[in-house]
Amino acid sequence: MNLYDIATKLDASILTPKLDLSRQVHCAYGADLLSDVLAFTRPSTLLLTGLINIQVVRTAEMAELGGIVVVRGKPVHRSLQELACACKIPLLRTRMTMFESCGRLYQSGIKPCIKDPGCECNVCPSV
Amino acid sequence: MSAPLCKKEFFVQEFDFEHAGKAASDMRKLLMDYGFDQQIVRRLAIAAYEAEMNMVIHGFGGTLIMEINFEYIELVAKDNGPGISDLKLAMQEGFSTASDEIREIGFGAGMGLPNIKRCVNFLGIETKPGQGTVVTMRVDLGPDAI
Repeated sequence: MNLYDIATKLDASILTPKLDLSRQVHCAYGADLLSDVLAFTRPSTLLLTGLINIQVVRTAEMAELGGIVVVRGKPVHRSLQELACACKIPLLRTRMTMFESCGRLYQSGIKPCIKDPGCECNVCPSV
Repeated sequence: MSAPLCKKEFFVQEFDFEHAGKAASDMRKLLMDYGFDQQIVRRLAIAAYEAEMNMVIHGFGGTLIMEINFEYIELVAKDNGPGISDLKLAMQEGFSTASDEIREIGFGAGMGLPNIKRCVNFLGIETKPGQGTVVTMRVDLGPDAI
């Protein structure tokens, strides 16, 4: 599923319209703990979060996430949008809660972050 | 020991949450420009970012030094902080001395040092109460690293 589809499923607005939203997302992670995001995601993961500070984008940049969805319609400051654009991290915002957002994506086939069978690296999450 | 192929220093300010992560970001861009393997870059970026946040939150600021060698890339995070009084406890997932304010921005879950350990091949921590902390991290470069 690409990020346009994600935006449609979550009735989300696109806060970084200049970025390419055709990139594919296969798994997602919902969290407000950024160290958990760094520990338990893998590249191209979609992050759903209630956090709206600069560190969300920095975390997504380091972990090479596929995009960020801000839940509960929280106001996103322009500086966050600008950093997301600079880091090429697509940023979406939905009025739905974390629970509903995750539920809708799971129902649509988006998987949780789990280790690929046979992957022996020490970075991908094992749970 | 031979001289590093490249050495770069990044300065980190205490409690500067607007720019926190910039050092790790700049380091990551440098490694990408050099053409290092994506997984190696990701591991180093996560380790550097966690170390940088520790310096911002706990360490009264400090310096992040990156050295590229033939066999490994080394990151050294030197802070000016109070030191870690119980290192064994600090290495446990879930243990944190961070304030509620830090937790509100998404950190302070007690995952920083365990996350670093997960990402690197070598982790060394020198710390003494009142004398700051030096965290040394190394990621080995295999034959396909670049």
